[in-house]
Amino acid sequence: MKTTRILVWSAIAVLGALSLATIALRRGESINAMWLVTAALCSYALGYRFYSKFVAARVLALDALRATPAERLDNGRDFVPTNKWVVFGHHFAAIAGPGPLVGPVLAAQFGYLPGTIWIIAGAVLGGCVQDFVILLFSVRRDGKSLTEMARDEIGRVGGAVAFLAVMSIIVILLGAVSLIVVNALKGSPWGTFTIAATMPIAVLMGVYLRHLRPGKVLEASALGFVLVLAAIWGGQWVAHSPYAAWFTFSAPVLAIAVIVYGFAASALPVWLLLAPRDYLSTFVKLGTIAILAIGIVALRPTLHMPPLTRFIDGTGPVFAGTIFPFAFITIACGAISGFHSLIASGTTPKLVQRESETRMVGYGAMMAESFVGVMAVIAACVLDPGVYFAVNSPAGIVGATPAQAVGTITAWGFPVTADHMAGLARAVGEDTLFNRTGGAPAFAVGMAQIFSHSLGGQAMMGIWYHFAIMFEALFILTVLDAGTRVGRFMLQDGLGHVWAPLGRTSWYPSIVATSALIVALWGYFLWNGVKDPLGGINTVWPLFGIANQLLATVALCVATTIVIKCGRTKYAWVTLAPLCWLVTVTFSAAYQKIFSANPRVGFLAHAQLLASQAVPPGKAAETARLIFNDRVNAAVAGILVVLVIMVLTESLIEWFRVLSGRKRAHISETPYVRSRYAEGQ
Amino acid sequence: MTSITSAARLMWEALREIFDENAYARFLRSHRLEDSRESYRHYLRESDATRERRPRCC
Repeated sequence: MKTTRILVWSAIAVLGALSLATIALRRGESINAMWLVTAALCSYALGYRFYSKFVAARVLALDALRATPAERLDNGRDFVPTNKWVVFGHHFAAIAGPGPLVGPVLAAQFGYLPGTIWIIAGAVLGGCVQDFVILLFSVRRDGKSLTEMARDEIGRVGGAVAFLAVMSIIVILLGAVSLIVVNALKGSPWGTFTIAATMPIAVLMGVYLRHLRPGKVLEASALGFVLVLAAIWGGQWVAHSPYAAWFTFSAPVLAIAVIVYGFAASALPVWLLLAPRDYLSTFVKLGTIAILAIGIVALRPTLHMPPLTRFIDGTGPVFAGTIFPFAFITIACGAISGFHSLIASGTTPKLVQRESETRMVGYGAMMAESFVGVMAVIAACVLDPGVYFAVNSPAGIVGATPAQAVGTITAWGFPVTADHMAGLARAVGEDTLFNRTGGAPAFAVGMAQIFSHSLGGQAMMGIWYHFAIMFEALFILTVLDAGTRVGRFMLQDGLGHVWAPLGRTSWYPSIVATSALIVALWGYFLWNGVKDPLGGINTVWPLFGIANQLLATVALCVATTIVIKCGRTKYAWVTLAPLCWLVTVTFSAAYQKIFSANPRVGFLAHAQLLASQAVPPGKAAETARLIFNDRVNAAVAGILVVLVIMVLTESLIEWFRVLSGRKRAHISETPYVRSRYAEGQ
Repeated sequence: MTSITSAARLMWEALREIFDENAYARFLRSHRLEDSRESYRHYLRESDATRERRPRCC
C-alpha cells in the first residue's frame, strides 16, 4: 500500500515537472492549454499533500481534539459548527472575485509563462499559506479579525496600520474595479442594457424573497439567473433597435452613473439590493467558474500567445513596467491576496468544526482561486496576440484609429488587421473592440472564442461575450456594493471617536455623509482613470496591486509574530519567506511608481513631463489636473509603503525582544478546551 | 450510488449554506418560529447587521 502511494505521488511529481518543463521550455510553437492545467493541478496536489501537511503538523501543530469557537460559542447564528465541505464552499464563494480574472489577463502582455508560474508557485508557497495560517490563528482567538490580531500580537501601531491599510485597499480596489466596468461598457448598448437590467432583477429578487417566497434564496437566485440570461438575449435586440442610443454612453457618463449607483447601494436597505445581488452574483460566479473549467478541459484550446513577449522589458502597452516587479503586482489575488486575510479572519473561523479542517478550507480554497487565475491566463492567451493587444491597449499608446492601431501592433511583431478586428467586433455584437482596456473585454473575447468552438459555434459568439461581460460586471458591482458599505462602516467606526453621532450606523445624516465620503474617495480614482489619456488602468491597477500585496504583508507580519511567539522560530521561514518576497516586490513597485524616470511608470516623472511641455491653448486646466493627480497617486503609494514600514518595524522589534529574551512571549490564544467531538459526544 | 447521493447532498448543503438558507433554518429553530413572511423579516432584521459588514473579496 505504501509502495503504491509512493508510486502514485512520484507519477504526479513527474507529470507536474514534465508539464512545467513544457510550458517553460517550448519556444516558437503553440502549446495546448492542458499543459497549464496539468502543471497547475499536479503542483496543487503536491503542495496540498506535502507542504500544507508539513505546515499543519510542524508549524501550526493542528489539534483535532481542541474545541473551535464554532463548538464552544455555538449560538446558532454567527458561531455554528459546519461540515468542512460546506465551509470550504462558503469560504471559496467569499474569496473568489474579479481580481483573479482581471490581473492574469493584464499580465498576459508578458506572455503566458510569467503569469502561470507565479499564479501556481505564489499560491502554493504564499497565498495558500497566508490564508491557512490566518484562518487557524483566528480560530484559536475566537474568530478575531486581522486588525484585532495585529493589535494584540504586534502592538497598537500594527492594529492602527492594519485598519488604515484595509481602508486604503478598499478605496483603491473600488476605484480600479469600477474602472473595469466602465471600460467594458463604454459604447456598448448590449452590455449596458444587460448590466442595467441586473438592477431591477436584483430588486425583484429582494421583493420575491421578502414577500412571495420568504427564505427561498436558491430558488430566487435561479429565477434571477434565468432573467439575467433573458436580459443578455434581449440586449442583442436592443443593440440593433432604435433604443440602442438610450444605452450607448461614453466613459465619463458611465463613470458618473457608477458613482451615483455606488452611493445609492450604500444607502439603500440591505435586503432590497445588496443581498439579492450578492446571491445572484454568487450563483453566476460558481456556475461560470465550473463551466469555464469544464469547457477548458473538454475543448483543450491552443494558446497563441508566446511564453514570453518583448514587453518583459517594461515597454508594454497594457501597463508600463518591467516583468519584475509588475507581473507579480498585477496578478495580485490569483497568487496571494491580502484581502483574503479579512475573510479568513471574518465569517469562516466561526464555522470551522475542527482545527484540522482549517487546512482544507484555508489552503484548499486558495488553490481553487489560483486555478481560476490559471483559467484567466488561458482565456487571454487563446487569443491571437495581435487581437489581445488591440483590445487591451489604450488609444494613447497604439493610436486612435483602427489603421494606426493595427499598424503599431503589427510593427511590434503581432500581426493583426483592421478587417479581422471588425469581423470579431461584429461577431460579438460590438461596434469596435479596439482600446477596450481593463482586462474584462479581452477575457470575454477569449471565453467566447473557447466556447464558440463547440457550444453554438460562431453564431453564439455575441451571447458568450456578453455573458462573460455580464458575469464580470456583476462580480464587480457586488464588490462595489459590499465594499462601499464596509468602507462606510469603517469610516463611521473611525469618525465615531471624533464625534459620537457620526459613529451611529443607523443615524441617517451619518449614513449619507460617510457614504458620500467613501464614494468620493473611490470615485476620485475612477474619474482619473476615465480621464487618463494613457488608459487609466495603467495607473490604477498597479496601485490596487500594491495596496493588496501590502495588506498581505501585514497579514504575514502577524502570522510570523505568532509563529515566533509560539516558540516555533525554526519554522518561521514558512511565513517569513513569502513576507520577504512581498516586501521586495511591493517596495520595488512602489518605488518605481513614485520615482521611476520613465514617465509611463513613475508618477512624478509623468508630472514633470507634463509641466515641462508647452500646454496647448485651452488645455491648461486639464494639464494642471493631470499633474495634481500624478502627485496624489505618488503620495498614496508613498503613504502605503510608510504604513507597512511601520508594521514591519514594530514586528521586527517584537521578534527581537522575544527572541533575545527581553520580553516574555505572550500570545492571546483562547485557553485550550477539549472538543466534545473527540469524545464522541 | 450511495456515495453519489451523499456527494449530491453535501453539495446541496454547501449551496444552502452559501445562500444563507441554512442560516434562516437555524434562526427558525433557535427562535422556535414557523416559516412565514414575518419570521423572514425578523431574520433579515437580525442578520442585516452581520451581512452588510461582510466584505466580498476582490
